[in-house]
Amino acid sequence: MSQLTVNGKPLAIAMPASVASLLHHLDFNPSKVAVELNGSIAPLARFDTTELNCNDRLELVCFVGGG
Amino acid sequence: MDKLIIAGRSFSSRLMVGTGKFASHQLMAAALESSASDIVTVALRRVDIDRPEDDLLAHIDRNKYLLLPNTSGARDAEEAVRLARLARAAGCEPWIKLEVTPDPYYLLPDPIETLKAAEILVKEGFVVLPYINADPVLAKHLQEAGVATVMPLGAPIGTNKGVRTRDSIAIIIEQAIVPVVVDAGLGAPSHAAEAMEMGADAVLVNTALAVAAEPARMAAAFAKGVEAGREAYLAGLGVVRQQADASSPLTGFLRDES
Repeated sequence: MSQLTVNGKPLAIAMPASVASLLHHLDFNPSKVAVELNGSIAPLARFDTTELNCNDRLELVCFVGGG
Repeated sequence: MDKLIIAGRSFSSRLMVGTGKFASHQLMAAALESSASDIVTVALRRVDIDRPEDDLLAHIDRNKYLLLPNTSGARDAEEAVRLARLARAAGCEPWIKLEVTPDPYYLLPDPIETLKAAEILVKEGFVVLPYINADPVLAKHLQEAGVATVMPLGAPIGTNKGVRTRDSIAIIIEQAIVPVVVDAGLGAPSHAAEAMEMGADAVLVNTALAVAAEPARMAAAFAKGVEAGREAYLAGLGVVRQQADASSPLTGFLRDES
């Protein structure tokens, strides 16, 4: 297990893991979420191949109502 | 109505609508429908990891509306740029309503950070629509930086006060080389009409619709206000005068001239 920070909260996940497997683990539809990994955008097309490492910081965001 | 052109793209409606604060997604979708808007704004927020997603986009027809993500919540240029990049990564076209509002009470936009973020985002190929205070000098700087519109506030967000910044917005309109969209504070269709009569190219409304007892009905009312204001502007309004100027002839009265 490795420790990540996801949206500011600690999260333990089994390694190896990718952005896609993390989203699957959290039960999120990959096409509905945008991901920032250590301050850089993780493109949707590369969720499968973007490997996660211990202590990575992720931001997962989605669209909500707003003006 | 004549078309609104932003960044070379043509829109039939001059009313943009926000999607926040509606009591349900269904009420929001009905308001969008009856507003006849082409452009709708959305926000980006962290997903709640412990709760399944509440999918807003399932209620917005992407073939019908241009989704305009905002950078609301950003307190400085860096946060705004991150949000813009995330919005693009989430599959949006690179259009961004740039908002940088560090003050939580009045949500007034930070002019320095907004300009900084606009310069970065324009260079990255974004179509940038910045939310600003009604500051003509800032509007000029932003236009020089290559923004696609300027969006001066009529009054602070959600206040329903109307076009309180009228004189400054008039100067922005007079000097603008891009469309001017009056955003924030418009609480009634008459406010929207007023902005359009002044020569604004479009308005953006959210709270006034979301808090109405019947949002869809209010959206239709705003659409009429915008259309009436635009038509009046194009028709050419009369000059405001101090003294009366009779509409009826000043001759042929039932008295002898002495």
